Amino acid sequence: MHNPQLNANGELAHLLTLEGLPREIIVNILDTAASFVGVTEREVKKVPLLRGKSVFNLFFENSTRTRTTFEIAAKRLSADVINLNISTSSTAKGETLLDTVDNLSAMHADMFVVRHAQSGAAHMIARHVGPDRHVINAGDGRHAHPTQGLLDAYTIRHYKRDFTQLSVAVVGDILHSRVARSLIHVLNILGTPEVRVIAPQTLLPTRVESLGVRVFPDMRQGLQGVDVVVMLRLQNERMGGALLPSAQEFFKYYGLTPDKLAVAKPDAIVMHPGPMNRGIEIDSSVADGPHSVILPQVTFGIAVRMAVMSILGGA
Amino acid sequence: MQWPDAETLCADLVVKLRPVVTAQTAMVGIHTGGAWLAERLHRELGLKVPLGRLDISFYRDDYHKSGLHKSVKASEIPFEVEARHILLVDDVLYTGRTVRAAMNELFDYGRPESIALVVLVDRGERQLPICPQHCGATLSVPKGAMLRLDRNGAGRLALRLDDA
Repeated sequence: MHNPQLNANGELAHLLTLEGLPREIIVNILDTAASFVGVTEREVKKVPLLRGKSVFNLFFENSTRTRTTFEIAAKRLSADVINLNISTSSTAKGETLLDTVDNLSAMHADMFVVRHAQSGAAHMIARHVGPDRHVINAGDGRHAHPTQGLLDAYTIRHYKRDFTQLSVAVVGDILHSRVARSLIHVLNILGTPEVRVIAPQTLLPTRVESLGVRVFPDMRQGLQGVDVVVMLRLQNERMGGALLPSAQEFFKYYGLTPDKLAVAKPDAIVMHPGPMNRGIEIDSSVADGPHSVILPQVTFGIAVRMAVMSILGGA
Repeated sequence: MQWPDAETLCADLVVKLRPVVTAQTAMVGIHTGGAWLAERLHRELGLKVPLGRLDISFYRDDYHKSGLHKSVKASEIPFEVEARHILLVDDVLYTGRTVRAAMNELFDYGRPESIALVVLVDRGERQLPICPQHCGATLSVPKGAMLRLDRNGAGRLALRLDDA
């Protein structure tokens, strides 16, 4: 089957989802990111790869954090970055998504970084733009957030080296989480033998086992002997109905506390995509404790986004 | 055609470089062949400043044509570049573009006092105004063919010609 992310030479032309991506492409992104980590520690934190190129951040949904990390990554590759907060601009005046994209293409945009509340928005733009333009999905609805999945994989590889010996637990609101989906896909592609999801039934997608995970409704059982714990943010803004009795009750059963973490391996790492809700999904003493690699994740995230942009920009 | 023995050229370079180096001299090898040669020269010359290595993939001038190289390695410069005398080492000097990229990258670490170029082989076909200060041999190689350095499991260096 043709993968819409790859060009005729089998190179990555757009990054829309990690699902179905060849393993060697993912490993190449992670290896390239490792070289960019060194760049971000130098006196001059810039390389000239995307000099003269324009990267447009199209954020149809607010996310200051993600937009900023893409902006920093593009600027460290010497690209010009234009941020468009579309929720407050043309679409509000009635312009369609593809008209917006056509207008920006006429301004010689080379790369689009797209965040949208609708699943599939980045795919639609990628199908629409010409062959010399590249699209990165920065989160579409509940579907995918591939650069987050890649930076999570980078972080795990940095601390644990070999995926084929690992047991990884993803905890919390799996149902609304594109982060969880992207992470589960990349862990499977990289050969992780044990991926667990820990969540109440109401926050699990139907047929979640088909993603290749084991489900644990009980957190203490699920964390038994794991190497990596990935906490998800409880997405208040996506929670319309009565999926949970209360945030306090959620913390009691699914919040990561030192005593629950104690059943994981002694050298387990704790990750969180941010922004954290302290006291709801994670206890402060864990978030700031010795197992936490939450801030290194942010640093690695810049290098991973630089790697993705530099690989796409050369395709 | 029989290429000169890389080990002999390397030993000649050590002799040529010995009067040039001081306790402050730094050395940087360009991945991959240049880094192998630099490792050898650094050891034989007993240089005190730790060896640096550059992967110039992020500075190549053909990125827009050929894309980013696969298996990029991390550059590591484990010393202060500012005000340093640096010996920049590559295996084969051909168009001069790799050396240009390497100098651009070095300047992003700081402003060196001087850079001198050391190569095992100069092919003598330059596209840029760059020339080596210390050179093992000048050889003429069929245009388009790639002359490169190999290192075997025992650490022995040898020249190899790949047809274009």
